[in-house]
Amino acid sequence: MRVAWKEKAIKLILLATASTSILIVAGIFVFLGREAGPFAIEPGLKELLGKRWIPVSFQKESFGILPLVAGSLLVTALATLITLPFGIGTSVYISELARPTEREILKPFIEILAGIPSVVIGFFGLIVLVPLVKACFRLSTGLTALAGAILLALMAIPTVISISEDAIRSVPVSYKQASLALGASKMQTIWRVTVPAALPGITAAVMLGMGRVIGETMAVMMVTGNAAIITASPFDSVRTMTATIAAEMGEVAFGSNHYRALFCVGIVLLLATFGLNIVAQKVLKKHRVR
Amino acid sequence: MRTAVLQRATCWLMRAMTYFIVFIIASIILKILWNGLPAVSWEFLTTMPRRSGAEGGILPAIVGTLYLVVGTIAVALPLGMATAIYLSEYAKQGRFTRTIRLAIVTLAGVPSIVFGLFGLGLFVIFLGFGASIISGCLTLACMILPIIIVSSEEALRAVPRSLREGSLALGATKWQTIYKNVLPYSVSGMLTGSILGIGRAAGETAPILLTVAAFYLPKLPRSIFDQVMALPYHLYILATQHPEADKVRPMQYATALVLLALVLGVNLAAILLRIRIRKKRRW
Repeated sequence: MRVAWKEKAIKLILLATASTSILIVAGIFVFLGREAGPFAIEPGLKELLGKRWIPVSFQKESFGILPLVAGSLLVTALATLITLPFGIGTSVYISELARPTEREILKPFIEILAGIPSVVIGFFGLIVLVPLVKACFRLSTGLTALAGAILLALMAIPTVISISEDAIRSVPVSYKQASLALGASKMQTIWRVTVPAALPGITAAVMLGMGRVIGETMAVMMVTGNAAIITASPFDSVRTMTATIAAEMGEVAFGSNHYRALFCVGIVLLLATFGLNIVAQKVLKKHRVR
Repeated sequence: MRTAVLQRATCWLMRAMTYFIVFIIASIILKILWNGLPAVSWEFLTTMPRRSGAEGGILPAIVGTLYLVVGTIAVALPLGMATAIYLSEYAKQGRFTRTIRLAIVTLAGVPSIVFGLFGLGLFVIFLGFGASIISGCLTLACMILPIIIVSSEEALRAVPRSLREGSLALGATKWQTIYKNVLPYSVSGMLTGSILGIGRAAGETAPILLTVAAFYLPKLPRSIFDQVMALPYHLYILATQHPEADKVRPMQYATALVLLALVLGVNLAAILLRIRIRKKRRW
């Protein structure tokens, strides 16, 4: 009798702890909304759609987040362009072409990259990459969207590689055997059979990598120059949403419009990554069922 | 003939890409090692900073980071392990379980700076902890929770069903079975995965930026409601905010090296432990 009671209690405790994850997710939405909420009433959400982010001004402040969104999008798009060939090429190489011992060394080595703190990568970017970008493209400053994108690609690559490698390896051997038996070469088999079969997994990998890129803060803040302008040129300095929050939250007056606007930026960021993740998970799940 | 050449070319291209990434990783580590080692001394590790970090050591940042890591693990580990036990041993397929899993996946994808905002809104302001170690630890714990849950669940699922069934057949209750027959075989695996969470907590800057980290505070914390310095934030400050950023290069390299050594050391420990566990496993 007492045993049965104890069993039930343990199950309940475990159930309660398991629910904390749900509570935290709900809490994130609630507390971001709580701090951002008053902004919707005064000065109103329309203010956020403006094209100028001038949070501190003697005349009139302006909280248009479009330049920040544009900055994040530009950096993310560039980073994805760099990540795609490297992520796919490397994961195909590791899973299909590398010798077994080579693979055993390469995999953990690339995983190291995922462990390097973003501030260290940002520091490396600041002293090595930024001067390099400046010299290569003869710019007045190397603190550009391009420098940020390269660093972000570097940080997304381990994520992309590990997930797409999984996807490539889970393609049934029979597919490859059938292709090889029909006289296709190894490369033909890889590009016409294996990679297309693993494509949903690779897509999801790239999307999860993009989620990481949009949300990345420190590295991007250190090398993009942080000018809040709308531009499509990789050689301009940009200011991302993450960098804006991190850089400005320290100096802002509690409860001011600026403070609330930063929380609004946080919500936009949260929704963007949330959406990307959900879609990526859907794609991954579909792939597994098949 | 032409296709054969093309094929070898693509193969070489992919190999070149792979080794290019390897080269970059190696150059990051070597560059910091090469420039950082001469500046790291016993004095650097054990004294207070002077002249806003331009001279002296980084003791408070090291201590701060250690406090944060220990506190974070103390919160996240029990919570994550219990969740993993529930998911792997008790949960039935259903809406509630799906919601928990969705929550975990969502948490894993939330940007670190958003965790910072959440920590600021909940712990610092709503609960009134202020910018303090406890706010930072709780925020970081939320962030690494999914890492711990996922790896712990994997470790639990690796224990074969037969071990559970044998125990249940002998009349043991469910919890007795888990406690005596499942946990002993999976706890080391659970810890290994959690170590990776430690590495993440030690290296993250954005969440602690808003919840705990002090710009320059040359003294050690006395309680969990104090602010502390932390290694990653200190490196950020030295590299970008310091008025003489170029002159304090050696300090930057040395701080980066200490942080990198700490995080990679922790990760390496996890990898070695994982290899040992795999070798010892006998089923």
